[in-house]
Amino acid sequence: MLTEFGKVLIFLIIGALFVAGGLFAAWLLRPRRPYPGKLAPYECGEEPVGDAWVRFNVRFYVVALIFLIFDVEIAFLFPWALVYRELGLFGFLEMAVFLVILLVGYAYVWVKGDLDWDKPRPEVPRVERPSSIKPEVRQEPEQAPVV
Amino acid sequence: MGLLDKRFENGNVFITSLDNLLNWARLSSLWQMQFGLACCAIEMMAASASNFDIMRFGVIPRATPRQVDVMFVAGTVTLKMASRIRRLYDQMAEPRYVLSMGSCANCGGPYWEHGYHVLKGVDRVIPVDVYVPGCPPRPEALLEGIIKLQEKVRKESLVKKSA
Repeated sequence: MLTEFGKVLIFLIIGALFVAGGLFAAWLLRPRRPYPGKLAPYECGEEPVGDAWVRFNVRFYVVALIFLIFDVEIAFLFPWALVYRELGLFGFLEMAVFLVILLVGYAYVWVKGDLDWDKPRPEVPRVERPSSIKPEVRQEPEQAPVV
Repeated sequence: MGLLDKRFENGNVFITSLDNLLNWARLSSLWQMQFGLACCAIEMMAASASNFDIMRFGVIPRATPRQVDVMFVAGTVTLKMASRIRRLYDQMAEPRYVLSMGSCANCGGPYWEHGYHVLKGVDRVIPVDVYVPGCPPRPEALLEGIIKLQEKVRKESLVKKSA
């Protein structure tokens, strides 16, 4: 006796076998002649430079988080706008509440200054003259009075 | 050498049947390296468009050398580009083929004598399977080149080549 989920299970098993079979056949049949030029990373034909795992500035993290929130907001707004006429006043108020909540978050982010992209200001170290060193005064040699 | 590729001294009925299957599969889906170098690329694009419909030969442009079988060198190969072409060819997965399209890629074309910046034929940096003449070749000529390449693929074998 096969339930509906049983069919899904059979589907999953066949799918896994299909992928495994393809990989196995490729492993059996493919030519294998590796050399450094072939294994080099593809960078549009250029000489690969550096590592793919480069570090990004941590400021992108906040930007990504804010983008995620407003991106989801837009994703909610589109279907709402499509069926706006059917939802009527209730739909409008519901979405207004949602938007106000996000607006508060927006104001918060703005006040916190997360929208400002502050550029790094390099601090030039100022060297103070140590007090122990006296300014050198050049002594003029005393000239003999001209007779 | 792979597990089966070039492992056999001579063919028997199983190997030749497998050869036929493999070659049919490979020649029916010759995926193409997606780049053009000069005006030949315009003809290549025309061949991809609906009038000539290169896809009925299984030629699909791909954006990475890892997924392609054939590289169309469509246009003038400058010396700057030659090293890039060599690198891209190296990064293609085997079995790989090269179709040189147009006079410039074949032998330097109009630049053969005074072009200080042009490679005199792409076969100086990579092995070429099919040369398509023309300046630039019409899309029909490119299609014929693909058919010639398919004829070549049809003769491939798992059997080791006799020295």
